[in-house]
Amino acid sequence: MELFWVGTTVALVVIILIPLYRVAAGPTVFDRLLAIGAMGAKTIGLVCMFGFLYHRFDMFVDIALAYAILNFIGGIAVAKYFSFSKTLREKS
Amino acid sequence: MMESIQNGVAVILVVTGLITMLIGSIGIIRLPDFYTRTHAASKVDTVGIIILLFGLAVFEGWTLNAGKLVLAIVFVALTNPVAIHILARAALRFGLRIWWKPDSSHLQEDAAKGKGESA
Repeated sequence: MELFWVGTTVALVVIILIPLYRVAAGPTVFDRLLAIGAMGAKTIGLVCMFGFLYHRFDMFVDIALAYAILNFIGGIAVAKYFSFSKTLREKS
Repeated sequence: MMESIQNGVAVILVVTGLITMLIGSIGIIRLPDFYTRTHAASKVDTVGIIILLFGLAVFEGWTLNAGKLVLAIVFVALTNPVAIHILARAALRFGLRIWWKPDSSHLQEDAAKGKGESA
């Protein structure tokens, strides 16, 4: 079972790294924000699986909840900012 | 016996969630437009995370940590689509153009006409 958690954690890290291509090559800033949000949402699952790897699941599940809240608030704040940004509109 | 059934169900759920999240990641790379990529990021990824965390909760059993995981599932199911919807609304207010297939000029004319009539 230990080997299963190691394998799934490595697979999840690879899955998280895939949208990094969209962050680097996205045509607009909204594509980059979307890929960052998707990566952050998957990181919640990754933190929970780290809890199984280190046998401290009670601690890591609290970290995962806090990370979920931070990801949500950060995404909304940046979306609000770019929704009313004048400089970005003039540039593109 | 009971524990092996529990472990088997947890393994199946975790692997299913990983496959679903892999499909979502490939969709974020492969789809042609921002508005189409929101589908891959909001719907498919949310379902993948829900299945993965539910598998972890099944592996944990009836404990306080499983309750916290269910809380995390409810939070992700509520907030992840909402965050991406707010991002898509910001892009619409910003004026991001939607993507058309290269040989669909008649569809574009129809859409422009319909928009002019409704507005």
